[in-house]
Amino acid sequence: MQTWNYLEYAAWGLSALFGLAMLVDWFRTDTTYSEDVLTSSREGELEAMTEEHKV
Amino acid sequence: MAQTNIGSKTMDGMGPKGTKVGLLRVLGPAHVWALGVGIVLVGEYMGWNFAVGKGGAYAALIACWFAGILYTCVAMIDSEVTSTVAAAGGQYTQAKHIVGPLMAFNVGLYLVFAYTMLEAGNAITAGYLVSVVAGMSGHEGALDQRPFIILVIMSLAWLNYRGVLATLTFNLIITAIAFVAILVLFVATTGIVGASIMQHGALMEGAAALPYGWIGILAAMHFGLWFYLGIEGTTQAAEEVRSPARALPFGTLAGIMTLLIAATLTWYVCVGVLPWEFLGDGVNGSVAPLFDTARLSGSTGLVWLLGIGTLFATLASANGCINDASRAWFSMGRDKYLPGWFGAVHPTYRTPYRAIIFLVPIALIFALGAPLDQVITFSILSGLLGYTFMPLNIIMFRRKWPLNSIKRGYEHPFHPVPAIVLLSLCAITFFAVFLGYGTQLVAMIGFYIVVSLWFHFWRYRFVSRGAQFTMPWPKPKGY
Repeated sequence: MQTWNYLEYAAWGLSALFGLAMLVDWFRTDTTYSEDVLTSSREGELEAMTEEHKV
Repeated sequence: MAQTNIGSKTMDGMGPKGTKVGLLRVLGPAHVWALGVGIVLVGEYMGWNFAVGKGGAYAALIACWFAGILYTCVAMIDSEVTSTVAAAGGQYTQAKHIVGPLMAFNVGLYLVFAYTMLEAGNAITAGYLVSVVAGMSGHEGALDQRPFIILVIMSLAWLNYRGVLATLTFNLIITAIAFVAILVLFVATTGIVGASIMQHGALMEGAAALPYGWIGILAAMHFGLWFYLGIEGTTQAAEEVRSPARALPFGTLAGIMTLLIAATLTWYVCVGVLPWEFLGDGVNGSVAPLFDTARLSGSTGLVWLLGIGTLFATLASANGCINDASRAWFSMGRDKYLPGWFGAVHPTYRTPYRAIIFLVPIALIFALGAPLDQVITFSILSGLLGYTFMPLNIIMFRRKWPLNSIKRGYEHPFHPVPAIVLLSLCAITFFAVFLGYGTQLVAMIGFYIVVSLWFHFWRYRFVSRGAQFTMPWPKPKGY
């Protein structure tokens, strides 16, 4: 059946599009923002703001 | 610190420790439920039935309930620790704070392997399902499954890349549909609405009751895990829920209750319709037992519903696995257990985008180049190693920080009984796995020993030793 052959091509094409979208955005992001900003995430921010752990 | 407004739109995800771009806190308990149940529910649709092949229908039920106890202990222990150590990385972060760096490194790798392998297994399954649909619709010749396998991984990775709220809302919808499909099948085939098609008496009498005796029950434990494997993944959402102390225990415990119901109903409807020899052969017999039960019901509506449920459960599992593996990888990068480059957060989408992209080719290699049973076995073994860590973790947690020394979002009851039960059931399951997959078990443990040596003698020098302990807790008791 022809339909499934077309669907196979569509799946290849969509996969390439999704992959390309991520790669392009990755490149844009890494060239726009400094590494210092991108890797500034620190664990435990919410706890530092809200918890003193005094029961 | 006291003046910081945690509801602020401009400060969301950023705080006093210098975070300029952090993960976004937007999730609620329903998303946590969707993450945990979404990863697991595919095990109800396919895979659990290998337990029937190992020991018959009764053995599968006993394995289902024993594994249910194991995972209830996992859910309770996880709920207590993660509602207190509320950071991405889940059990990795727990191990880091409570046990030590070498344990944390190993647990982090267990998580990444378990979820990435499961993601690959789900993609293979989705490709297979598409080929079945093609065959049923009259397609002649073999369909090339590769583009559909790749499409599943790429599209879900893209969804994860674009934001956690959309990712887990999508999971919530498709997981809810897959769960409701099981309920509808139960109601429609057991005589609650319309005529019953159940034949438990005829299918489970005589030699069919316990065809391999008690050893069959032990062997079935390996696949009994499939009913619940992955519920511990709820902990990876810890840094992205609005209220960790409320949402994590609520979502995780609601998740395990949902799975106990779904697992028991699945067993009941399938063994009441399908002979154990056919049901227990997940390769040449019943690949998707719930779907096969729907087909035998003679209802076109049920066939469609369970077919959609099977596909949705597979996609939900792959989606949740991408979410969880990337959070574990991201957390290890952030603490320099892995190169710090992986600890980056996307400034717009607020996701660990480099970790998501990095794991895509790994999932593709396993999905396209490894057989399904091997991929799933490595996932189960990594998961099992993680469960063995949990009882030790909770015992040390309660000793170092007893009740009333720090705030806990949830305190699990009857400690240390759940820890002891979990450790005992893990030992039994290791033996069961050794019976069927001894070589893989030894190879897997050998692999973790080698990477532990690498971590100890080389990688540990790069770890941010001071910065990794972030919880504002008092010193542990006895220190």
